[in-house]
Amino acid sequence: MIDLKANVPDGPIEKKWDKHRFDMKLINPANKRKYSVIVVGSGLAGGAGAASLAELGYNVSCFCYQDSPRRAHSIAAQGGINAAKNYQNDGDSIRRLFYDTVKGGDFRAREANVYRLAQVSVNIIDQCVAQGVPFGREYGGLLGNRSFGGAQVSRTFYARGQTGQQLLLGAYQALERQIGLGKVIMYPRHEMLELVVVDGRARGIVTRDMVTGAIESYAADAVILATGGYGNVFHLSTNATGCNTTAIWRAYKKGAAFGNPCYTQIHPTCIPVTGDHQSKLTLMSESLRNDGRIWVPLKKGETRPPDQIPEAERDYYLERKYPSYGNLAPRDIASRAAKQVCDEGRGVGETHYGVYLDFADAIKRLGEDVIRDRYGNLFDMYERITDENPYKVPMRIYPASHYTMGGLWVDYNLMSTIPGLHVAGEANFSDHGANRLGASALMQGLADGYFVLPYTIGNYLAGTKKDAVDTKHAAFRDAEAAVDARIKKLLAVKGKRTVDSFSKELGKIMWEYCGMARNRAGLETALKKIPALREEFWKGVTVAGQPGELNQSLERAGRVADFLELGELMCLDALAREESCGGHFREEYQTPDGEAVRNDEKFCHVAAWEYTGEGKAPVRHVEQLEFQDVHLATRSYK
Amino acid sequence: MRLTLSIWRQKDSKSEGKFVTYDAPDISPDMSFLEMLDIVNERLILKGEDPVAFDHDCREGICGMCSIVVNGNPHGPRRGTTACQLHMRSFKDGDTITLEPWRATPFPIVKDLIVDRSSYDRIIAAGGFVSVATGSAPDGNAIPIKKSCSDRAMDAAACIGCGACAAACPNASAMLFVAAKVSHLALLPQGQPERYERVLSMVAQMDAEGFGTCTNHGECSRACPKEIKQEFIAQLNRDFLKASLMSRPKIAEAGSG
Repeated sequence: MIDLKANVPDGPIEKKWDKHRFDMKLINPANKRKYSVIVVGSGLAGGAGAASLAELGYNVSCFCYQDSPRRAHSIAAQGGINAAKNYQNDGDSIRRLFYDTVKGGDFRAREANVYRLAQVSVNIIDQCVAQGVPFGREYGGLLGNRSFGGAQVSRTFYARGQTGQQLLLGAYQALERQIGLGKVIMYPRHEMLELVVVDGRARGIVTRDMVTGAIESYAADAVILATGGYGNVFHLSTNATGCNTTAIWRAYKKGAAFGNPCYTQIHPTCIPVTGDHQSKLTLMSESLRNDGRIWVPLKKGETRPPDQIPEAERDYYLERKYPSYGNLAPRDIASRAAKQVCDEGRGVGETHYGVYLDFADAIKRLGEDVIRDRYGNLFDMYERITDENPYKVPMRIYPASHYTMGGLWVDYNLMSTIPGLHVAGEANFSDHGANRLGASALMQGLADGYFVLPYTIGNYLAGTKKDAVDTKHAAFRDAEAAVDARIKKLLAVKGKRTVDSFSKELGKIMWEYCGMARNRAGLETALKKIPALREEFWKGVTVAGQPGELNQSLERAGRVADFLELGELMCLDALAREESCGGHFREEYQTPDGEAVRNDEKFCHVAAWEYTGEGKAPVRHVEQLEFQDVHLATRSYK
Repeated sequence: MRLTLSIWRQKDSKSEGKFVTYDAPDISPDMSFLEMLDIVNERLILKGEDPVAFDHDCREGICGMCSIVVNGNPHGPRRGTTACQLHMRSFKDGDTITLEPWRATPFPIVKDLIVDRSSYDRIIAAGGFVSVATGSAPDGNAIPIKKSCSDRAMDAAACIGCGACAAACPNASAMLFVAAKVSHLALLPQGQPERYERVLSMVAQMDAEGFGTCTNHGECSRACPKEIKQEFIAQLNRDFLKASLMSRPKIAEAGSG
């Protein structure tokens, strides 16, 4: 039976983290070197965590599937990172960032975690500046800020349109420093395929060396998963093609509860789909909504090019529906609004699933040079992909799968329901509730890695009996055998369909029935289609090559097999949550003008799913959410 | 479009490689270069043949994972563009396209179009950082930085570590990569305390990895998908010279005994 004890410290919300930091046990510096920690993933959360733990003296092993830790998908984040610095003197504060995040998440996040996130946000900026992150600056030499969705203050720090890259390189450089000092052993091109639990505690992992195919075991005193989100379950997403759910799914099947799997974020501003060959969708940063205006023609089936549609025949629908936030409405609201106008037949572009993001007014007001300075690299990227010049014609954009708020359930210490297994960054469910605000993913990843795990890992280790478990333990043999059997099984099917064709089909089911809008009938359909597709996969997939070599077909097959299981859990969760909140929009629960209707009486909780065995229904547990510092209210951005 | 692909196939690091020709019909000009390869691989898998291994991840030009020499140019013909952002509209129906891995001794071939670029990581580990442990930073606005300096640091920091510079260089020199990191940190106040040790240790590591010397061909900047400028190599050379003149054999610092 799973115990969802959140372990939130007592006391007023402003004091909880301070109090907890004092109450947590410490390990003296000379003893830290006797402990080992495994970190899976080298993005903002994993890279920052691995570096910080090594600085403290722990022996860290860090694993990533890419050829270098610098390539983790955090690198692709464009727009920025939030922090409650109030450098702009515009009324920001820790409490306001906390409030905006809880409200933005549609009151489905744990208050205490979010408050801590807002508190440490200010330290993150300091840390990154000290590392040499070249943030955008004003002429006086001080840090610049921009605005982002869901906030009425300017608190987003940025490095052109490459903020994620620069923050990740900061963490990567700190990590490489520790690698050079011998405190971190880095295992690139290694994919975690199993979690090893000994006497109820996470004690290691089994990986596949992606070059040689060798199955290897690694043991440690604690394990951290920082393996990102599962947005690729939709096949087309803004995630890197390698992003996958395998690490957290293996942990789920070993007893870690999965929190809110149905909370997925569909980002409103991505380049629309062009054809069936497409392998991914490219994001156009939310920061573009600072200066771009979103519109569609008033008339259905409009055929004129955008520059020939007069002002009076355009519908700037976000400005019309949400006058106080306008084009900076939160992501879930902006995405749904785009879907609505396209479903009405007013979409633009060849497929009619697109809306205009128009910079003509901003260029008139500020000049092309200013716009180029602010967004040049994004405009270039757009032109390379679409062959259209966004300085001359409006961009065409459409929502796409981007981020997953759901993930492994963790307590206040970022520990899952398996003692010793900690989960950080997008891989956990914790801080964003049902919808993440822009520029908050980078904040959370770095908060977890730099400022939370270094404390809570020590507390866990100090409070646990140190017993020597190494890879000779039978649990490692069993886990290796399970990995080996699964690989052999995948290769033995020798069917007639490629892995990619299954991924595409699953993606279409998920997008259709568990995407931007969901309803009971659709979810029930998906719950029939997914198990059928999974069965077909295990009968009909063809995987090329051999196990003992670099085999990308095999890597992909394993990941898609896990998505085929996760997709079902997402639909189950979406079906059970009979309300609309944030990114989870159930068509049965909406106001006459299409706004989400929450049901706080029945669903003001986290749903955490427990795996109960192959072929058995997972069990839904509940962590009740209490709102003492932000009053439950209907979210309004009007 | 119908294309002919001549692709370098090599089983593993120990095997000999060779070019194999593939017919690629029904390619859409809207596909990215890697999506074209996906299609070719799908067809190979269905025929029971081994698909072409190539590195890729973000497919939006920022992770630096993709690494294909297209018709002799790292990342292909379009300037400032990674292979993943290259689109098939850059080619014509009937074209023959040659695909090779990066060619440089410090980037050994792993399989087909995949190389091992861990040498770049080791160069960063040798000194491409500011030694600042988590938690010890002053307020972010404590040290104002001139906007032009910060912007120039960002120009250098835009490097994605893909290795195209060394792959394009006739000497297989990694100077542009090293110069980008050295300059990024040398242009900022936070990088000053370790500025000269950094340049010496990074260059020493670059040499130890077997990268060649810069003789100003300029192929690196031309191939760089982020268009990192050669002038950063001049900055590296200045810092290296200064550091070499100033450096003394290490002696124990006062109080360290």
